Amino acid sequence: MDYLLTEEQQMIKELCHRIAEEKIKPVAAEYDEKNEFPWDLVKVMAESDICGVYIPEEYGGMGGGVMEMAIATEELSWGCGGIALAFAATGLGTYPILLYANDEQKEKYLPDIAAGKKLAAFCITEAEAGSDAGGIKTTAKKDGDSYILNGTKQWITNGGEAEVYTVIAMTDKAKGARGASAFIVDKDTPGVSFGKKEDKLGIRGSATREVIFTDVKIPKENLLGKEGLGFIVAMKTFDHSRPGVAAQAIGIAQRAVDEAVQYTHERRQFGQSISSFQGVQWMLADMATQVEAARALIYASARMVDSGAKNIAKESAMSKMFASDTAMKVTTDAVQLFGGYGYMKEYPVEKLMRDAKITQIYEGTNQIQRSVIASSLIKEGLSK
Amino acid sequence: MKILVLIKQVPDTTDVKIDPETNTLKREGVESIINPFDMYAIEEAIRLKERFGEGAEVVAVSMGPPQAEAALREAISMGCDSAILLSDRKFAGSDTWATSYVLAQAIRKLGDYKVIFCGKQASDGDTAQVGPGVSMHLDIPQVTYVKRIEKIDEKEATVERMTEEGYDIVETPLPVLFTVVKEINEPRLPSLKGKMKAKKAEIQVWGADEVSCDEDKIGLDGSPTRVVKIFTPPPREGGQILEGEPDEIAKELASLLKDVVIA
Repeated sequence: MDYLLTEEQQMIKELCHRIAEEKIKPVAAEYDEKNEFPWDLVKVMAESDICGVYIPEEYGGMGGGVMEMAIATEELSWGCGGIALAFAATGLGTYPILLYANDEQKEKYLPDIAAGKKLAAFCITEAEAGSDAGGIKTTAKKDGDSYILNGTKQWITNGGEAEVYTVIAMTDKAKGARGASAFIVDKDTPGVSFGKKEDKLGIRGSATREVIFTDVKIPKENLLGKEGLGFIVAMKTFDHSRPGVAAQAIGIAQRAVDEAVQYTHERRQFGQSISSFQGVQWMLADMATQVEAARALIYASARMVDSGAKNIAKESAMSKMFASDTAMKVTTDAVQLFGGYGYMKEYPVEKLMRDAKITQIYEGTNQIQRSVIASSLIKEGLSK
Repeated sequence: MKILVLIKQVPDTTDVKIDPETNTLKREGVESIINPFDMYAIEEAIRLKERFGEGAEVVAVSMGPPQAEAALREAISMGCDSAILLSDRKFAGSDTWATSYVLAQAIRKLGDYKVIFCGKQASDGDTAQVGPGVSMHLDIPQVTYVKRIEKIDEKEATVERMTEEGYDIVETPLPVLFTVVKEINEPRLPSLKGKMKAKKAEIQVWGADEVSCDEDKIGLDGSPTRVVKIFTPPPREGGQILEGEPDEIAKELASLLKDVVIA
C-alpha cells in the first residue's frame, strides 16, 4: 500500500528497515535469550540520526512528529520488538518534555536525547497503580527550592539504562489525580536506584526494572508544567505515544507475515509447497490484510495527532488497540502455519508471538483503550 | 587535510543472472551498488577524517557513466564531504592503466591530498590494479591490503598489511595510497542527515578536458590491454603431507621429487 509518505519519511522507513535487516535481525535471538540491553544497537541508531526523528530541528532532531516516530518504531520492531524499545520507550519518556517542558528544560534535555547520547524512560506505573493512576503512592514534597521524591516505580522500560526519567509523583495526595505532578529526574541524582531486572515472556532485548526514589532531592526547575498537571501530562503523553506502541505491534506482525509467506513456500507436504493449499493461502491473505488495515489506522491517527488536533485520545487508543490485537492474532497464526517448527525456538515466529503479547498490555491494557474509546464516543454522542 | 577515496559502481552480484545463450551477465534490471570492498575504503577515510578532526575532509572520486553519481551520493550519505564524477564518452573502454591515468589526473587537479583510499579490488573486474596504478601515475608510495592503520600523522603512517600467513608492518611517508581489505573495519550505515545532504549535494562532473588528459592515453585506443579469452583456471590439485621422523620424510621427499621434477 502506498501511504504517500514524504521523501523524508520514506528515507526514515528505508534506513530503519536496513538497520533492522542488517544489524538487529541477526542478533535478535541472542538478545532475547540473554535478556541483555542492546547498547551496540543504540549506537547504530544514534549514528544514523534515528533517535531524534520526532524531536524538533532546533534541538538537534530531524523535526518530525508521531508519524516519523511510528515509522521508525515499526521498521525497527520488524527486526526485534524488544530492541526497538530502546528507541520507542525513549520516545515515551521524552514526550512529556516535548509537550510540557519550558525552553530551558528542552534546551537541557532534548539535544542529548536527539543525538542518542541519552535514553529516556517514563515512570508512572507502581505496584498498586497501573491503569488507576490516581493510586500513585510516590510523593514529591516541596522543600524550599527543591522537591524531595520518595517511592518506587515498577516495570519501567529502559529503567537503569536511561539517563533521563520523567516521573509522575503526588505533590498533594488529598487531591487524588489532580494532586499529581510531573518531574524530570536525572539518573545520577543521589537517591535514585534500581531494582532487579525483570525476567519477561517477551521483549527480552529491553530493560524492565523498578526505579526507586529515596529522598531524591531535585531542583524545582525540574517540574514539568505546573503542580497538579501530572495526570494531564501522563494522558497527553499516552495520546502521543500509543501510535508508537501500535507501530511496534505492526512491525512485529509484518515480520510474522513475511516469515509465514517465506516458510509456507519452502515447506513441502504431499509433494507441493504448503502455500499452494487454499487453507494456507486464506490464512496468509487474512494476516496480510489485517496488518495493512492496522497500519492504515496507525498512520491516519499519527497524522491526526501531528496535525495538532485537540481531541486525539479516541483515535490514538483505537490504533493501539486494533494494531496490538492484530499483532497477537497474526503472530499466533504464523506459529500455526509453521506447525511444530513454529513452536521451536530455532525458528523466529514463537518469539514474535511472545513479543506481540505486551503490546496488548502496556501503555494501557486494551480493555482500558476500549474504555477510552467508549467514553469519547459517549461524550461525542451526547454533545450532538 | 584532504583524504581521497576512489570508488567504483558495480552490478550487485548477489542477484546477477547469466544469459544462458551468450554466457554473459544480464545487466538489465540488476541493481548497481558501490563495490563492496570500496565500502571499507569509504569507512576508513571517514574514520581518518574523524581522527584528524577540524580541517580534514573526504572527497569521493569515481570514474564511470553518469549513473555512477548514485554511488557518490551514497558515499556522501555515509559521511564523505564532497564527490567528483569522472565521466566522458572519451573514457569509454579504458582498461585499468587508462582508468588509473584518468584518476591520477583528477587527483593532481584536486591537489594537496595526504591519503588516498581504495578497496583492494572491484567485485566485477577483480583486477586489483587500479589502486596501485594510480599511485604509479602519481609517483607516490602505495601499500596494498591494509588491514589496520596503526599510527598516522600529517607526515607518515605505520600500517599493517595483510599477507597470506599474517601481516607486514609497513612505515610510509605521506602522501600515500592504501588499498584496504575487509578486515580493516565495519562500514557504517548512512545517517538521515547524511542522506539529506547527499540528496542536495552537487556532484561535479569532470571530463577529459577538465582533467587535462592526453587523449592517446584514454579510452579503448589508449588502453594497452586486449582481452583475448576469459576462463576459469583449473583448480589447484591438493598437496601431499608426509608424516614420520624428519630424516625418513627427507628421504621420501627426495625420491618423490626425483619422479616429478623434469630435467
